[in-house]
Amino acid sequence: MQYFIQQLINGLTLGSIYGLIAIGYTMVYGIIGMINFAHGDIFMVGAFTALIVFLILGAMFYSVPVAAALLIMMIVSMLLVSLYNWVIEKIAYRPLRGSFRLAPLITAIGMSIVLSNFVQVTQGPRNKPIPPMVSQVYNVYGVSISLKQIIIVVVTALLLVIFWYVVNKTSLGRAQRACEQDRKMAALLGVNVDRTISITFIIGASLAAVAGTLFLMYYGVVVFSDGFVPGVKAFTAAVLGGIGSIPGAVLGGLAIGFIESIWSAYFSIDYKDVAAFSILAIVLIFMPSGILGRPEVEKV
Amino acid sequence: MAMAETKKSAGSATVAAGLREAFYAAVIAFFMFVLLVGVKTDQNIHNELVLVPRPYLLATVVLIAAAVRFLQVVYLTPFLVAQKTVDAGTGQLPTAFALRFFSKPNLVIGLVMAAGLLLFGNSLQAAVGPYWGAYVGLLRAAAIIYVIAWVIFYFRSFISAHSYSLGFTILLVYPVVMVSLFGFQGSLKWVDNFGIQILIYVMLAWGLNIVVGLAGLLDLGYVAFYAVGAYSYALLGTQFGWSFWILLPVAGIMAAMWGVILGFPVLRLRGDYLAIVTLAFGEIIRLVLINWREVTNGAAGISGIPKVSFFGVISFNVSDPNYISKVFGIAQSGAYYKIFLYYLILALCVLTGYVTIRLRRLPVGRAWEALREDEIACRSLGINTTTTKLTAFAIGAMFGGFAGSFFAARQGFVSPESFIFLESAIILAIVVLGGMGSLGGIAVAAAVMVGGTEILREMQFLKQIFGPDFTPELYRMLLFGAAMVIVMVWKPRGFVGSREPTAFLKERKAVAGSFTKEGHG
Repeated sequence: MQYFIQQLINGLTLGSIYGLIAIGYTMVYGIIGMINFAHGDIFMVGAFTALIVFLILGAMFYSVPVAAALLIMMIVSMLLVSLYNWVIEKIAYRPLRGSFRLAPLITAIGMSIVLSNFVQVTQGPRNKPIPPMVSQVYNVYGVSISLKQIIIVVVTALLLVIFWYVVNKTSLGRAQRACEQDRKMAALLGVNVDRTISITFIIGASLAAVAGTLFLMYYGVVVFSDGFVPGVKAFTAAVLGGIGSIPGAVLGGLAIGFIESIWSAYFSIDYKDVAAFSILAIVLIFMPSGILGRPEVEKV
Repeated sequence: MAMAETKKSAGSATVAAGLREAFYAAVIAFFMFVLLVGVKTDQNIHNELVLVPRPYLLATVVLIAAAVRFLQVVYLTPFLVAQKTVDAGTGQLPTAFALRFFSKPNLVIGLVMAAGLLLFGNSLQAAVGPYWGAYVGLLRAAAIIYVIAWVIFYFRSFISAHSYSLGFTILLVYPVVMVSLFGFQGSLKWVDNFGIQILIYVMLAWGLNIVVGLAGLLDLGYVAFYAVGAYSYALLGTQFGWSFWILLPVAGIMAAMWGVILGFPVLRLRGDYLAIVTLAFGEIIRLVLINWREVTNGAAGISGIPKVSFFGVISFNVSDPNYISKVFGIAQSGAYYKIFLYYLILALCVLTGYVTIRLRRLPVGRAWEALREDEIACRSLGINTTTTKLTAFAIGAMFGGFAGSFFAARQGFVSPESFIFLESAIILAIVVLGGMGSLGGIAVAAAVMVGGTEILREMQFLKQIFGPDFTPELYRMLLFGAAMVIVMVWKPRGFVGSREPTAFLKERKAVAGSFTKEGHG
C-alpha cells in the first residue's frame, strides 16, 4: 500500500509537469486549430534559460535563498520564453493563418528542429548537470515525499488557479474563449484576434517555462534534445484529455504521469513509454475525441 | 516634379520605418539571445558548469537580426509588392527580375568565370594560399551554379513540358557522368551520399504521398514501416541467409501487414487524433526495437547484413567466386556496388511512381482521392471507407518496407537510431513542400532538402573562412528546419502549385493546388 501511494505521488509530480506543458498545446489548438510541435522545444528552452539564470545567480552572489533563486529562475524563464513563442508565432504561424491545415504543422516541425539545433549549436550537445537545489525528504507514514515534489505540485496548483481565474473571469479570458468559438464573429464584435492569439502563445509559453524550471529542479540535468520526449508525452496528454479542453489537458497530464510511474514500478521501466502510448491508442478507440473533448460535429 | 518628390518622401519614410523596425528587431533579438548566445555553459575539470561570456558573438547576432529586418522592410517587401502589382498590369512582369538576372552578358561572364576557374582554379588556389583559396572555390561553385541555372531558366518551358522523361534521363546517366568526371573512387561520394540518399527519400516520400497526399490521412509515424522493412531484411538476412530478392517482397508484405495493424484502431479517428496515434505508433515500434534486446540486439543494432547480389549471378563480396571484378576481369573497387545500388533504388523509385500513377486510375485510387475530398459524400456514394483507408495504409507502408530493406542492404547495419521521429517529420515535410499529390514536386523537394543539407558537409571552405572550429555539419539540421519554415511561408502549397486531375471530361487541365483538399484524416 505504501509502495502504491509512493508511486501515486511520483506520478502526481510527473503529471503536473506534463499537465503544464499540455495546457500550451491544448490552448493553441483550441484557438487556431494547429498542433504546435515546437512547444516541447519551447519547454526545453525554458529549462535552459532557468539553468543559465541559476548559474549566473551562483556566480554573482555567495548564497541565494533557494526560494528566491527558484522564483527568479521562473520569472526570467517565463519572460524570455514568452518572447520566443511570440516571435515564432509572428514569423512562422501568422503568415499561414487561413492557409491549409498542414502548412502550419510543417512550419511548427521546422521551428522545433530549429530550436533544438539552435540550443545544440550555442550551448553544446552535452548533458548539463547542476548540483541539487533542494534535497529535504519528509517521511509520512512510510511514504517518502521530497520537498522537490511538494514544490512542483504546489506551484502547479497555484498556477492552475491563476490560470483558471484569467481564462474564466477576466476580459482577456473572455476574448480568448470567444476566439476559440468563432474567430470571425469575435473579430466582428471588436475582439482583437491577432493580439488574443499572441497572448495565448505567451501564456502557453509561460506555463511551459515554469514546467521547464521545475523539470530542471527535479532532475537536475538538461540537454538540448530534452524537448522531444516531454513534448510528445504532453501532447499525448492533451489528446488523451480531449484536445482543446483545458481541464482535459491537466487530467490527461495526470493520467500519463500515473500510468508511467505505476507501470515502471510494477512492470518494466523500459516499456513505460510504450504503455503510455498504447493506453492513448486504446482510449481513443473507445473515445475518439478524448476524455473531455467535444465530439467534432461536421456540417454537411 | 511633384511625383518625384512624393517618391522621395515615400522612400525616406520607408527608410525611417526600416530603421525603427530594425531597432525593435535588435531589442527583441538582444533579449532572445542574451542568455542562450551571450553566455555558454561549459564544464570545468571538476565537472561543474561554468559560464563563458560571449559578448562579441551576441553583438554580431543582434546586428545581423537588425540588418535583416532593415533590408526586409526597406527592400524586400516593396520589391515583392512591386512584382505583384506590375504582374497584374501587364501579365508578365514577375519574370522581369529573373530576365535581368539571367541576361546574355551575365551568362558570358558566368561562363568565362566557370571555365577559367575550372581550368586554372587549382593553380590559383595554390598561389593565393588556403584562406583566399576557399573564396576561389566558392566563386567557382557559384559560377557553375549560375550557368546551370541560366540553362534551366532559358529552357524552362521545354523542361516543364518534358519534365518526366528529362528527369529520368538525367537520373539514368548521373552515375556515368560522375564516374567519367571523378573516376570510380571519386564518384563514390556523389553516387552514394547524394544519388542514393536522395532517391531513398524520394521513394519514402512517394510512399507516404499515397497515405497523406492521395488518401488525406495524416501519418506522423511513417518511419515505423521503414524500420519494419529494414529489420525484416536485417534479421531474416543475417539469421537465415536469405537473399535480398526474396526478402524484398517479404519486407514489403511485413510492412503492409503492420500498416493494416495500425490502420484498424485508427479507422474512426480523424485529423489530429490520427496524427498523434500514428506518431505514438512510430515511437512504440522504435522503443520495442530498443528494448527487445534478445531479438533486435537493442540500441547496438544489427551489423553484418548481407549485400545485395545481381540476382545471384554477380556478387559484390570480394571473397565470392563470382565477384564482379573476377567475372568481368576488371580492377577491384567498392564503387561498383554503389553504382549497382544506385540503379536498384532508381528502379524501386520508378516502380513506386509507376504504381502510384496507375493506382490513381483504378477504382481504389479514385476512392482515395474522393475520401480526401469529402468522407461523408464518399460514404453516401457507397464507397467502403474502411477498406479504402486500410489499402492506403497498407500500400503506403509496403513502399516504406521496400525502402527499409534497401536501406538495410545499403548500410549493412541497422539500429533504432535511424528510425527516430525526425525522419518521419523530414519525409512528411518533403511531401508537403513538394506539393501533396504531385510526384514531380516531391522529387524536387527531396533533391533540394536532402541534397542541400548533404552539400553542407562538402563546404569545407567555410572552415577556412570561419576558422578551424567551425563545423558545417552542426548547422545542417538548423538550416534544414529554417528552410522548412521559409519555403512553407513562401509557398504554402508546395513547389508544384497545380494538380493533374485523375478524372476529366474531355481534356486534362491542371487544377490549382488550393482546390484540392487535404482531408480530415
